[in-house]
Amino acid sequence: MIYSDKVIQHFKNPHNQGSIENADTVGEVGNPSCGDVMKIYLKIEDRIIKDVKFETLGCAAAIAVSSALTDMVKGKSIDEALEITRQQIIEDLGGLPEVKVHCSMLGIEALHEAIKKYEKKD
Amino acid sequence: MKKKIKENIYFDHSATTPVDQRVLKEMMPYFSEKYGNYSSLHGFGREAYFAVEKAREKIASTLDCSKDEVIFTSGSTESNNLALKGVIDSLKGKSAHIITTQIEHDAILVPCKQLEKKGVEVTYLPVGKNGVVDPKSVVNAIKDNTVLISIMYVNNELGSINPIQDIVRMAKKKNKDIIFHTDATQAVNFLSCSVKDLGVDMMSISGHKIYGPKGVGLLFIRKGIPITPLQAGGHQERSIRSGTLNVPGIVGLGKAIELAVKEMDKNNKKISKLRDYFIKGVLKNVPDIILNTDVDNSVSSHANFCFVGAEGESILLYLDAEGIAVSTGSACASGSLEPSHVLLAIGIEKEIAHSSIRFTFGKHNNKEEIDYALSVLPSAIRKLRTMNPLYNK
Repeated sequence: MIYSDKVIQHFKNPHNQGSIENADTVGEVGNPSCGDVMKIYLKIEDRIIKDVKFETLGCAAAIAVSSALTDMVKGKSIDEALEITRQQIIEDLGGLPEVKVHCSMLGIEALHEAIKKYEKKD
Repeated sequence: MKKKIKENIYFDHSATTPVDQRVLKEMMPYFSEKYGNYSSLHGFGREAYFAVEKAREKIASTLDCSKDEVIFTSGSTESNNLALKGVIDSLKGKSAHIITTQIEHDAILVPCKQLEKKGVEVTYLPVGKNGVVDPKSVVNAIKDNTVLISIMYVNNELGSINPIQDIVRMAKKKNKDIIFHTDATQAVNFLSCSVKDLGVDMMSISGHKIYGPKGVGLLFIRKGIPITPLQAGGHQERSIRSGTLNVPGIVGLGKAIELAVKEMDKNNKKISKLRDYFIKGVLKNVPDIILNTDVDNSVSSHANFCFVGAEGESILLYLDAEGIAVSTGSACASGSLEPSHVLLAIGIEKEIAHSSIRFTFGKHNNKEEIDYALSVLPSAIRKLRTMNPLYNK
């Protein structure tokens, strides 16, 4: 199993890692017994994602996916963010090993969870 | 002090070892100069024949067995498959029960699962927290149709040592006809593997775990043990294992076993000193960890930890980025969904087992390398814990 250079770059220096204290919404998915948990924090103004941060427990793929996804959603509208597919994340990362493809779902699910909660509140 | 001392620091000797220069030197002529086929009658063949038989003799005297009880294979996976399936096949469908443990290598567990599908009964015995099987539990598991017991000598993940000699003695006391196999792949560097002392009927050994070449190993089969070959062909190895003999590999295996035994005390002393120093340093510098290796019941090379709150594959890759090679029992690294079956068997919870890292030291490691690892490990763990949404920072 070989990771792309892009995955390793994100893994070693993840973008947007941390938390947002007064986030407008937070999404958390995964299960520690499976070894993967991702939490995404969003700051939203006029339905635009102004800021985003993540915290992830997991392998290099899970961390790279978190980092790449948060880069992708920053500045996008909620509707645009919801359109991001796992395939786009995988492509952005220069591919993921076959056994790690499921990790790309973690990011999408966390994002959707956060937006779902936000829409309910609104 | 955090200065990179060299590009590659190897702490993964349970995965494989470098070929010892002295082993390589003995192997070299058998690639391009003395390339004959062991089975050929001419001079080239004789050259290969005598080289292989010299290695076999050396190995037999080291293992305390006779020459024709050593069958060369491609490594321990093949040896284990041959031992289990070969014995069961020889029973021609008679009711059979195998006893093994939950902490065996997949090269035992997967063949056992295959045999179960064919109607063979298999008992997978639990082990204690120290990764050691209780001999009494083996005896208690013996049934009327128990034909084979297979228990590893040293566990590859924890380094734990099973008391093979005691288990064999007690099991044979209950039923002397039971065939006893041990996978000694991880033991040869550290413990006596005299089959006479151990009392085993079959034993698997691999070249590349003992500073020998990859792709070669052996199965000791005591005279009189019934075994049906797995592969048919050119009748090599008394038809038990057909296939052209790997002459350079076998020559290397012979030299590697010779050196392992000759230098065992010296290596054990050196490696255990490094290992104990490393464990002390880790326990002092990294909070909230579990030492999975029971030092009093393990070989000198192993230090297996759980770094609670940090995922194993990520730790591995952080260390890799610093030039340090280790391995992990995390599911993420293996591509399966389950973490190490060995850690689960010693009672580690799944979510903790994902955080395991195995350091296995070898004869070429030194204190400088350990100090370097101790200087980079704490920050790697801290970084990953900071990133973990569930870890109490």
